[in-house]
Amino acid sequence: MPAPIRLRELIRTIRTARTQAEEREMIQKECAAIRSSFREEDNTYRCRNVAKLLYMHMLGYPAHFGQLECLKLIASQKFTDKRIGYLGAMLLLDERQDVHLLMTNCIKNDLNHSTQYVQGLALCTLGCMGSSEMCRDLAGEVEKLLKTSNSYLRKKAALCAVHVIRKVPELMEMFLPATKNLLSEKNHGVLHTSVVLLTEMCERSPDMLAHFRKLVPQLVRILKNLIMSGYSPEHDVSGISDPFLQVRILRLLRILGKGDDDSSEAMNDILAQVATNTETSKNVGNAILYETVLTIMDIKSESGLRVLAINILGRFLLNNDKNIRYVALTSLLKTVQTDHNAVQRHRSTIVDCLKDLDVSIKRRAMELSFALVNGNNIRGMMKELLYFLDSCDPEFKADCASGVFLAAEKYAPSKRWHIDTIMRVLTTAGSYVRDDSVPNLIQLITNSVEMHAYTVQRLYKALLDDISQQPLVQVASWCIGEYGDLLVSGQCEEEEPIQVTEDEVLDVLEGLLVSNLSTPVTRGYALTAIMKLSTRFTSVNRIKKVVSIYGSSIDVELQQRAVEYNALFKKYDHMRPALLERMPIMEKTASNGPTEIVQTNGEAEPSVVEAKHPPPVTQPTNQANDLLDLLGGNDVVPVIQTTVPTKPASAGGELLDLLGDLSLSGIPPMTAYNKNGLKIDFTFERANPNPNIAVITIHASNSTEADMTDFVFQAAVPKTFQLQLLSPSSNVVPTLNQGTVTQVIRVLNPQKQQLRMRIKLTYTHKGSAVQDLAEVNNFPPQSWQ
Amino acid sequence: MIKAILIFNNHGKPRLSKFYEHYNEDTEQQIIRETFHLVSKRDENVCNFLEGGMLIGGSDYKLIYRHYATLYFVFCVDSSESELGILDLIQVFVETLDKCFENVCELDLIFHVDKVHNILAEMVMGGMVLETNMNEIITQVDAQNKMEKSEFFPFFSFSLSLYRRLSFSLPGRTGRHRQKNVSYCHV
Repeated sequence: MPAPIRLRELIRTIRTARTQAEEREMIQKECAAIRSSFREEDNTYRCRNVAKLLYMHMLGYPAHFGQLECLKLIASQKFTDKRIGYLGAMLLLDERQDVHLLMTNCIKNDLNHSTQYVQGLALCTLGCMGSSEMCRDLAGEVEKLLKTSNSYLRKKAALCAVHVIRKVPELMEMFLPATKNLLSEKNHGVLHTSVVLLTEMCERSPDMLAHFRKLVPQLVRILKNLIMSGYSPEHDVSGISDPFLQVRILRLLRILGKGDDDSSEAMNDILAQVATNTETSKNVGNAILYETVLTIMDIKSESGLRVLAINILGRFLLNNDKNIRYVALTSLLKTVQTDHNAVQRHRSTIVDCLKDLDVSIKRRAMELSFALVNGNNIRGMMKELLYFLDSCDPEFKADCASGVFLAAEKYAPSKRWHIDTIMRVLTTAGSYVRDDSVPNLIQLITNSVEMHAYTVQRLYKALLDDISQQPLVQVASWCIGEYGDLLVSGQCEEEEPIQVTEDEVLDVLEGLLVSNLSTPVTRGYALTAIMKLSTRFTSVNRIKKVVSIYGSSIDVELQQRAVEYNALFKKYDHMRPALLERMPIMEKTASNGPTEIVQTNGEAEPSVVEAKHPPPVTQPTNQANDLLDLLGGNDVVPVIQTTVPTKPASAGGELLDLLGDLSLSGIPPMTAYNKNGLKIDFTFERANPNPNIAVITIHASNSTEADMTDFVFQAAVPKTFQLQLLSPSSNVVPTLNQGTVTQVIRVLNPQKQQLRMRIKLTYTHKGSAVQDLAEVNNFPPQSWQ
Repeated sequence: MIKAILIFNNHGKPRLSKFYEHYNEDTEQQIIRETFHLVSKRDENVCNFLEGGMLIGGSDYKLIYRHYATLYFVFCVDSSESELGILDLIQVFVETLDKCFENVCELDLIFHVDKVHNILAEMVMGGMVLETNMNEIITQVDAQNKMEKSEFFPFFSFSLSLYRRLSFSLPGRTGRHRQKNVSYCHV
């Protein structure tokens, strides 16, 4: 078998391939040669073959059959073999293969080798891809090497220790004694990696953090030497002495000083010194300044220092170098929460960055601009942001649009401005807004009652121009459906009212239904809007025709809607006006999460609300009919389902009501009925949040020797009240007071009149049906006041 | 922590790929392709930082790159590294390569991939920066290379010098003929 070709030959050959297929062919041929060479167990050329294999791996071809060969190379005595072997191990092996565990012994031997380079190779490999088992086994060796005087090995051991700690955090304590005199090293390489090790330990464990705080003076000293020492040729990079080490130390100082006053104080001077003395003409200087600024922001520094830091960032923003501007924007984003006013000073520069050509800078500037928006600058900022929305790339539009909505919601100076802004967003970036913005928008529009005419007019005009942007179309069709009468009657005060006929409006809506640009959801909106107009417009026949056409639509959703609306025209025409009347103002719920919070003068008291959440309504309707029959003709009112209002209009009065709720036992219970062994007691509560509702719980008990079965309790109240009866706990009242039947009655008493009630009881007792009527007048005053 | 170091040319051909976190082979190639795609779109006068693509880790990772002649040097890092510091590191790396290979060009990287790996191993270990002093790195690399040479020619060290006097010129694709003091490599 001829000697395998050299790596260089292979590379040259592969480069002559003109197509991908040719290259693949060459590689496959070579792979076959390598495989047969491996089978022959040829020691001399193994490393050559593995090197070729690694090259092919880099190009993307499978190379897993070389894994065992790497291990053999590692076990060899020759340095060349070991070098390639370890490289192969790092590239091809990982903890998911079982093969890697075989390396452990080799690495252990090599860690104790006489040649430092072999030890270095072993440390390097362990530090790159050591698994947790390997790390556990070899941590002791690494720790030993951490204490050696050889600086080459020491720095490698330090980084290897970092990897071990990452894989097996429990071993951190093991390395603690070795760190004692790491910082007294002269060699910058060791210093650098030691600082990395200390940083890793401090980040992982608060105990270590506390322990290493005492190193702050030493670190400050080292940093000082670096700055003050003149030109030192071995560490110089563009005129600054070892900037990498400076940056690392600054980062460690940041971690140590965070939240700790003493350490922060010890650092103040040196930070000020670095900030003022560093040259900023080259990138290295700026790197150090950047790190300094981040440190100043994070620790408890004095205010003068913070102002200095923000000014440095402001200077960065004006720098021509894009990279500097990018890091400045990133850091300002981090500090805007804490030092809002200081960052506001640079607002104009930040807004200018929106116009930059660089995508990364634009994104940062956009995020920062949104963070800086407040009540004072909302108009100006919004103008800039809307302009940005017009001209930016599609990838930004969605985020920008949501940001604009949020900011507008929080700081809108007037309702008209708010609606204008939203219209602007919808017309420029309509297809990029998020799905939940459509319902939010609709809610906003319903809430601004005086703007309805203006809104619907503007939306109509927008619709005439362009029907491709679905969120815009959906909102517009909903509004036209709701407020079409305002549109046609030309009532707009804010701007010139337009003359629109009913037919034109219906034309537009029908156009939406047939257009290819409309999604099914939009079509649904349009159909519903047309239906609603049947109560607001006079040309009902046209609407009937449209609706009946869609009764046979292929789209199931549309078909269902059309069929139901058809039914509305035919069988339930008497209900149509009530069903299609104007929507009430929707209460605003918290946009994230179902919990509703009562705001009283800015304070939220969620816990009280939670406890008093009204139970769901489960009133059977036949009881209503019975009562009508029973008590018909009197000044009583049948049972009506009252939907419990979820929020009171805000006022300071709630506070009192909430407090009032807490005294449940304020209203004494009473006996409403007591005859023939059946006793009915009433206990009272106040419903929250509406103070006008009294919640009465009846307790029916039976003192006779026989059960009362089929027990039904009914009640009626005068017209000024409203009554709601919930289901009883059971309809058998057990004998001899063994248990009670409970049922909840809710009485709405808006006019605070004296509560009166007529009750009817039916039950079967000892085989015979019993009926009784009674009036209850002895309600305690507190129950209805 | 540095997640990956990639070098590829203007057409996307990888010249060096080192991952400090494990991905399987297909994912690695995909990452290289995706990174090339993102980086090649960039204009010359924009900043050198890119948000990382979807594959390599999403929002926490940044791509920091520099473009030298025909090669892109890309470091994929997470938020614990200083962006400007990494830019300097790339510069130091390239300067070191320049010193080791004497006016390094793409061909050097093509034909001496293993050497580049060795140099890189002296600078970055396990995703963390090991040594940034150029001279120190070069000293270590030279010493190790000497060890390799002495192993292969244990008794014929004089023929080493002979070999070097007879060293051929590399024609290469560009037709460049140059006498190069190529560090010996017997693989």
